[in-house]
Amino acid sequence: MFKETPWVRRKFAVERLVASLFALMAAAMIVPLLLVVAHLFWQAWPSLSWEFISAFPRNNLKEGGIYPAIYGTFLMVAISLAITAPIGILAAVYLNEYARDSWFTRIVNLAVVNLAGVPSIVHALFGVGAFVWITGRPCILAASMTLGIMTLPVIIASTKQSLAAVPMAFREACWNVGASRWQTIRTIVLPNSISGILTGVILQVSRAAGETAPILFTGAVFFRRELPQSPLDQSMSLSMHLFSIATQGGQVPLSIQYGTAVVLLGLVMAFNLGSIVLRIYFRTRKKW
Amino acid sequence: MNWRRIGESAMESLIRLCGVSAVLFVFGILIFVFREGQDFMFNRLDFGEFFTQIAWRPTAEPPTYGALALISGTVGVTLVAMALAIPFGLGTAVFLSEFCSWRWKEALKITIELLAAIPSVVWGFIGITLMNELVIYITHVPVGVNVLNAGIILALMSVPIIVSIGEDALKAVPDGYREAAEALGATRWEVVYKVLFPAAKNGLLAAVLLGVGRAVGETMAVLMATGHSIRLIFDGQAPFFHPLYPGRTLTATIAAELGETSKGSDHYQVLFVIGLLLFVITFVINFSADLIVRGIRKE
Repeated sequence: MFKETPWVRRKFAVERLVASLFALMAAAMIVPLLLVVAHLFWQAWPSLSWEFISAFPRNNLKEGGIYPAIYGTFLMVAISLAITAPIGILAAVYLNEYARDSWFTRIVNLAVVNLAGVPSIVHALFGVGAFVWITGRPCILAASMTLGIMTLPVIIASTKQSLAAVPMAFREACWNVGASRWQTIRTIVLPNSISGILTGVILQVSRAAGETAPILFTGAVFFRRELPQSPLDQSMSLSMHLFSIATQGGQVPLSIQYGTAVVLLGLVMAFNLGSIVLRIYFRTRKKW
Repeated sequence: MNWRRIGESAMESLIRLCGVSAVLFVFGILIFVFREGQDFMFNRLDFGEFFTQIAWRPTAEPPTYGALALISGTVGVTLVAMALAIPFGLGTAVFLSEFCSWRWKEALKITIELLAAIPSVVWGFIGITLMNELVIYITHVPVGVNVLNAGIILALMSVPIIVSIGEDALKAVPDGYREAAEALGATRWEVVYKVLFPAAKNGLLAAVLLGVGRAVGETMAVLMATGHSIRLIFDGQAPFFHPLYPGRTLTATIAAELGETSKGSDHYQVLFVIGLLLFVITFVINFSADLIVRGIRKE
């Protein structure tokens, strides 16, 4: 019957070798993640305190906290979410429920892919050329709109995926009792895909909070003594703050730089992990 | 016509409008970036100088706008990044889709997702702190922020997209192919090498292209980690490519200089011309990747 020749043995030796090589490559993904997170936390540990995230910077940013930067980031992300979530969700509804398989739909899909692929600094140029031009000066609103457009594909992709997962029979049943298209979407399709929509929204928040380039010239400032009073003010932001204190040439103590990096990374990671957990949770209790 | 009907059709128009919004935004980006830079581009920019000269001195008198060093920076950084990210990304994609147990697969995918979530400014910060010291320690150069440093960081940033698109491409190959090859006595490596690679080559190519697009467009990390000096990365001296030189990319130049220009000046406009160039490059890359992926789906 089957006899193991040296040739077969060699073949399987090669397979084992290659399999372990690929396993090593995959394992190599874990190393930089752990290294980065561990290094940042280790270095930031001395500066992390309640005061660090709740106080204003003092003494030329050399002491005190980063509260205004955190506040600014929250403000920008919240406004960008308010702008982009409705547009993104409705765009996904259009793509999944209305669009037929035509050249026009292809163009729309291509545009979504491209919007995600345009470099962040080009989004920034767009923000300067369009939104700052409209608002008259760099401000939170212009920065949020730039962030919103940049993160639109995140929400569209995630929502579209979950809309597509709703079985066609649900819609047909609803149409058969006389509901219109929009009624079906509002009462059946959207509620059944809420998990994917939520995941996309959280992911958008995570992306928007971490971005620097789009807000660099559209509304973020290096330092501001007071909190922004309206969306037409400029504001500090976490990512901008990290960039400027890290490239200033060592005037700000390293522990504060690391602390800022950890707060930003922690915020982004928390939202990202949140979306992953949510996704797994909803997947385990899918009803159909 | 009752109110309900009107509300309904208003809602449908709104949905259609949002549906085409992505197209409007892409055109908007093109138009507004073009609008800010077109006067200088058509009337005063010497394209010969722009693409062949090294001297980028927009604030000198008279100013020179040679972008060759910046282009070489972008190319050099992308080359280093891809030399690392393509083997590791495709290797990981193969491991995930062919060799890995379900539990490990989930864990690795989450890891890679988290890796992708690290903001680019944090990567840049890692570049000027941790990576800087590592590069100095290993290569004994005086300053550790250079093309190699930024390239490694970019590799880490573009690996996740290569893995996820590559894994999708491998998953799209029907199981019948694998079973047929295994029935003929192929080992799993032979299945991957002789059956899956040829069958999924378009999808894998698209994955690589999207990785390249990510690397070319990345801004903050390369701004912080390349060392920011205007210098050709490629030259006539062996080994012709010098990853240990500090360099500067197209994206980083815009990010570093736009804040210092006054609106409408030549310097301001030339940065928008660079933006337009970047837009065109990434558009072509994404468009071809999309065509390739769509070609697979048609089959």
